[in-house]
Amino acid sequence: MLTLFGKPEPTLLDRLKQSVTKTREQLGARIGPLLAGGRSVDPQLFRELEASLLAADLGVRTTKELLAGLREDAERGNFQDAAQLKEALKKRLADLLRLPEAAPAANGARPQVIFVVGVNGTGKTTTIGKLAWRLKQEGRPTVLCAADTFRAAAIEQLEVWAQRAGVEIVRQKTGADPAAVVYDGLSSAIKGSAEVVIVDTAGRLHTKHNLMAELEKMKRTAAKLVPGAPHEVLLVLDATTGQNGLAQAREFTAHAGVTGIVLTKLDGTAKGGIVVAIARELGLPVRYVGTGEQADDLVPFDAPTFVNSLFD
Amino acid sequence: MFDNLTERLQKVFKTLRGQAKLTEEHLDAALGAIREGLLDADVSLPVVDELLAHIRQKSLGTEVTLQLLPDQQVVKIVRDELLELLGQPVRLQFASKPPSVWLLVGLQGSGKTTSTGKLAKWLAEHGHRPVVVSTDVYRPAAREQLAQVAQAIRQPCFAGTGLDKPVAIVRGALREAKLSAYDVILVDTAGRLHIDDQLMEELSQLKQELSPTEILFVADAMTGQDAVRSAGEFHRRLGLTGVLLTKLDGDARGGAALSIRKVTGAPVKFVGVGEKYDALEPFYPDRIVSRILGMGDVLSLIEKVEKTVDQKKAQKLAEKLRKSEFTLEDFRDQIRQIRKMGPLEQVLGMLPKIGPLANMPKNLEIDEKQFKHMEAIINSMTAEERTDHKVIDGSRRKRIARGSGTSVQEVNQLLRQFQEMQRMIKQYGSMKGRMRGMGKLAGLS
Repeated sequence: MLTLFGKPEPTLLDRLKQSVTKTREQLGARIGPLLAGGRSVDPQLFRELEASLLAADLGVRTTKELLAGLREDAERGNFQDAAQLKEALKKRLADLLRLPEAAPAANGARPQVIFVVGVNGTGKTTTIGKLAWRLKQEGRPTVLCAADTFRAAAIEQLEVWAQRAGVEIVRQKTGADPAAVVYDGLSSAIKGSAEVVIVDTAGRLHTKHNLMAELEKMKRTAAKLVPGAPHEVLLVLDATTGQNGLAQAREFTAHAGVTGIVLTKLDGTAKGGIVVAIARELGLPVRYVGTGEQADDLVPFDAPTFVNSLFD
Repeated sequence: MFDNLTERLQKVFKTLRGQAKLTEEHLDAALGAIREGLLDADVSLPVVDELLAHIRQKSLGTEVTLQLLPDQQVVKIVRDELLELLGQPVRLQFASKPPSVWLLVGLQGSGKTTSTGKLAKWLAEHGHRPVVVSTDVYRPAAREQLAQVAQAIRQPCFAGTGLDKPVAIVRGALREAKLSAYDVILVDTAGRLHIDDQLMEELSQLKQELSPTEILFVADAMTGQDAVRSAGEFHRRLGLTGVLLTKLDGDARGGAALSIRKVTGAPVKFVGVGEKYDALEPFYPDRIVSRILGMGDVLSLIEKVEKTVDQKKAQKLAEKLRKSEFTLEDFRDQIRQIRKMGPLEQVLGMLPKIGPLANMPKNLEIDEKQFKHMEAIINSMTAEERTDHKVIDGSRRKRIARGSGTSVQEVNQLLRQFQEMQRMIKQYGSMKGRMRGMGKLAGLS
């Protein structure tokens, strides 16, 4: 985005290389001779692949399904060697993840309203800060809406990010009704000429009935002010999350109508493979990947690079 | 939502009935099921495989006893194995000469700041004088967050105003603790990746400076396979003394607890079970094992009920029941309390699927809307109608239906249900009365 001027923005590949190098150097992660060319297709190979996929948090079900498909192909003699089989597996994974990209900006709504939701501690506020910075770089006037009125100092944290990114912020006091903050934020965006409003919501476990209902109320408020809002609901998912990620995606989709995922903390050693299981079951695309704490540590998702990283 | 292990094993052992010993073949199938169950619960792969090797050894040649079915027997072996790994609850460590320092460390977003607040409250309630301090000079408003938390729980916080180096901040806190006679300093540190050399080094420095008696690794119960790496690296660098497992109030199975224990040897000392500052509990290994195995968590269910039910209201209700004064208002309270417990499916999910519950449909759909409608109907009544339902005539029923967005039929149905309940309560009340009378006769009360 906006790479016509200035240096091109770093890609997911660049970012992962940085962090993977770190990993390799420090933990001496084994990048084994797994699947080097010439190796034949045998049961041991499948065991190794299974281990890789499970260790990347894809989950038993998704892993089994992927490998069953490959086994069938192998029995038909489709693969000359291990390398070919690996390519086929990567292709299957990438196909699962390459979902029709809804172009949220293209529907022309103004302001475009983005809700950012998720369980506690996944990095919602930080992600919003980075998103705001991104939008600012693209020259799109943005308003942040501090609707996490529950967590201590959540509003102050978002304020710092608004300052860093140089965008407007609408806030009320801690403890205020989040739907009222949404109302204020959207009204202010309509009055001004903001193009995008990003709503920060309090972290909530997807099992908490009343809190999920609160999200629904915030959505209704948004829709009253801007028809069709929210246009995008981003679920922020921590890459270290295991199988519970699927339950999170299910519940947030049911209650808040999630349209895409932001996968955070991918600069560690966690692989974030649960997004494959989520894509398989719910068809939710990953939109962005978070790779650090700096404002520019948010890059667009890129399926082939992500798939490669699963096997590193 | 999850297949539980007992169910899986029941399928495996269907063919085994009538045989005297567990055979290798059956065992392989059973171990496969156990493996999948543990992986689904987020136990790390290497830990799973090691556990399985143990379980295989213990199970082979086990005689099929008459008392236990083979699946129950294997479940027992698995359970015992997991319990053994988790170990017994361990005492907390304090310095012989106060102040003791407890360091809270972990990845970003695991819940360190909230847990620091919970621990301070817990310590204060157990006769200590804690002070909290944040060394998170990186994340925006992190120190402000801890200050606000401390204010909410009414415990002192060392702000370290003007200081921006973690070591300088903790030195100030140490001085302050000695001056004000605080006996435990809780140090909330910045979240960091275990592979971030610079920040990990910073923790080592803090450790050297403070000689903490506890270094608690704060870990998210939802953590997946990466738990072994992150916890392992934190342990290698710092020598963890314990684990605080957070966000156990969700539906994560919490297999990370096993992985972390395996790689660090550090016992879980506390679990976080909610967003409120009193939502901190000691760790009970048997509960988490049941949870990991998907065997239902009856104890947690009981606790949930106890927590949700307002004790005062419950007593008042008991009194009313005794006097047979159960009104529509009380009925509404009951509905509200049921709804407050969360999705009923989830509550039912905590029950073990055995005995009379074995045949309960798996994905039992309960219409939560029905409760919502019932509440709306009662909400649309006047105070008079709620205390005396007999005044609700045809035109009032129409009005109530309109007000609650339901139909007259639904209003009628609710009133019928209510009357039925009232009748039962009257019977119960008079029965109790008679029993009391009998007790008197027998000289019991």
